[in-house]
Amino acid sequence: MPLRIQRDIVKLKNRLLEMGITIEEVFARAVQCVRERDAEAAKTIIAGDREIDLAEVDLEEECLKTLALNQPVAGDLRLIVTVLKINNDLERIGDLVVNMAERVITLAEHPEVELPFDFTRMAHTAHVMLHTAIESLVNIDRERAIEVLARDEEIDTMHREMYAMAGCMLREHPEKAEIILHAIALSRYLERIADHVTNIAEDVIYLVDGEIVRHHPHDKIHR
Amino acid sequence: MNDTATLPLYGTSADPQPKITVRGLNFFYGSQQALFDNNLDIAPHRVTAVIGPSGCGKSTHLRVYNRIFELYRDQRATGTVLLNGEDIFSPKMNLLELRRRVGMIFQKPTPFPMSVFENVAYGIRLHYTVSKSELEGRVEEALKGAALWEEVRDLLHKPGTALSGGQQQRLCIARAIAVEPEVLLMDEPTSAIDPIATAKIEELIERLKGRYTIVIVTHNMQQAARISDFTAFFFKGYIVEFGETKQIFTNPKNKKTEEYITGRFG
Amino acid sequence: MKKADNRRRREMADLGIKILSGAAAFIGIFFLGWILWTVARQGVAALSLDFFTKLPAPPGIAGGGLANAIVGTLIITFLATLLGVPLGLFTGVYLSEFGRDGRFGTLVRFTMNITMGIPSIIVGLFVYTVLVLPVGHFSAYAGAVSLAIIMLPVVARTTEDMLGLVPHALREAALALGMPRWRMILSILFRAARSGLLTGILLAVARVSGETAPLLFTAMSSPYWMKSLAEPTANLTVTIFNYAMSPFDDWKQLAWGAALLIMTAVLTVNILARFLLKEKTK
Repeated sequence: MPLRIQRDIVKLKNRLLEMGITIEEVFARAVQCVRERDAEAAKTIIAGDREIDLAEVDLEEECLKTLALNQPVAGDLRLIVTVLKINNDLERIGDLVVNMAERVITLAEHPEVELPFDFTRMAHTAHVMLHTAIESLVNIDRERAIEVLARDEEIDTMHREMYAMAGCMLREHPEKAEIILHAIALSRYLERIADHVTNIAEDVIYLVDGEIVRHHPHDKIHR
Repeated sequence: MNDTATLPLYGTSADPQPKITVRGLNFFYGSQQALFDNNLDIAPHRVTAVIGPSGCGKSTHLRVYNRIFELYRDQRATGTVLLNGEDIFSPKMNLLELRRRVGMIFQKPTPFPMSVFENVAYGIRLHYTVSKSELEGRVEEALKGAALWEEVRDLLHKPGTALSGGQQQRLCIARAIAVEPEVLLMDEPTSAIDPIATAKIEELIERLKGRYTIVIVTHNMQQAARISDFTAFFFKGYIVEFGETKQIFTNPKNKKTEEYITGRFG
Repeated sequence: MKKADNRRRREMADLGIKILSGAAAFIGIFFLGWILWTVARQGVAALSLDFFTKLPAPPGIAGGGLANAIVGTLIITFLATLLGVPLGLFTGVYLSEFGRDGRFGTLVRFTMNITMGIPSIIVGLFVYTVLVLPVGHFSAYAGAVSLAIIMLPVVARTTEDMLGLVPHALREAALALGMPRWRMILSILFRAARSGLLTGILLAVARVSGETAPLLFTAMSSPYWMKSLAEPTANLTVTIFNYAMSPFDDWKQLAWGAALLIMTAVLTVNILARFLLKEKTK
């Protein structure tokens, strides 16, 4: 006969996973939007953000209720705190996805202009990271979480490269300044999405180890 | 099941000497063994909580520290227990003096059948020769130390049993601290008391640890989390885990500890 | 239909039991009341100042009292209490505090039980053989000893029971303060069980003050004032025995008076003892 807290925790985990899957899916759609310069799809994404925000608030309230009523300790406590934090990170990712979608509306007016960086590759990397992070949460898999941490470096590199390329392009084609600005923004959004995904992975490690690994250099986290 | 605690475990490298040191303690009720190879260090001027499911040996363990179990013929203990480095079982240890230095508060308040004043004065007269005025001074001091003076200053000659449950328990604490102990043992001191009185006593314990070392047995885990600095988890007569309370309650090392404090059993 | 019948039957049964037990109780009270009434009616006539102050008059002569018997009973009972109560108390202490499961404790408890069952006349006979025959005369102290033998197991038993009622935690709390065991017993335990112990003692005293048979063989009786403990001593119960069966009306009257006196004393002590106990358990 499971305790109430065990039932509550299962509920919270499921809702978090739903949230994660939703975010993953809307991210994929946003990437698609950018590549296809699809303004209509972008508008749909922007409209759907409201629901995500409501879901986040709802889940946070459920967490607080569980904390107040059950006074959990040890593993139970860490799990609920982790749910709260990941919930927040996911919502931020959702906001960044909306930001990306907003840029698409402008970009759609200039479908022929290329982005000054390999958006597809960066987006793909970010997507893989997000997917792996969600997986590591589903299975409470420390190894998978560490994989995510390793890939953050790639995103940072790509972001830096993008600045270099954008700088070149600006000098050669100053009339394309507006596009270049949007591109910089998109790259930044992807980089911040990757940061939030990294937070998620670090939270999973905390859940397993009971040790907060934020602000540790990632190579120092022992396997 | 043989996970005995390793020690000493309290905090920094500048650790003071433990107040009580337990090594290899085994305890028997007749032929039945109740405690198995207990090892523990009790830090001075700290509150150490002893938790565990019913019948796990926590009270039994506590009752070794003042040798109160010797009242019963078929109970015996083997192993070493040191108070400030002195062996409490050594023939050189004066039993009555040991019990002055290690006071005990019980689950059900046990005021003596005499007035409030006499309750506190009795122990003082037992161990010290004092003048009447000095006695009155020390009784007042003890009652103040137990956060009871204001409530009973006009009731000093009423019988101890006329006080409320929470007050009676604080009277027992006053009685114990009146003889200037070093350690206070508390065996589930608030389980027979209402929540408001319990809160007062918990507050008192927080103050008392400045002067005394406190070991408290409790089956209320939230209480252990609230008031203790160190926690020992007992299971079936073994000490399964011992460490700083904040670590035990956020990230216990032993699976059994985790299961117990999250309420999965017990 | 069935249900109503059953109910009726049950109600009748309930009423029946109520009437039956009420009647039984009434019969018990009735006889007690009758005894009290008879003794009071017969005895009150004998009570006078003379009764309490004068020696018995020779048969046939009016007047006289039972002053010596009253004093004799008081002294013998007092001595018996002095002998029996401390011994009984400390036997009770032993049984409660030290002899709970040892072989010796069990032996003592067993012996106490047996002693309580010995008919008082045999106790008298025993003391006669041991304390009267060798010295060649009856005595008050022999009487006291025989009563003490009867008192001892009663006091021991109630002491053991009353001490047993004191919660263990109180003993431990006293010891945990650094009290030696003897101190804990005398100061804390006795004080905690105070009224129960007193009740036990009072009931034992009330019990022996009405004993006749042992005194018959030990103190016997005497028409004179007591001059020393080592001589036959007048006492109320033997006096009742002697005078009631005498052919003299005066003496019979005195016997009733003595009976009334004893009965009143025993009743008072009993009521006092029970009142004390009630006070404590409130």
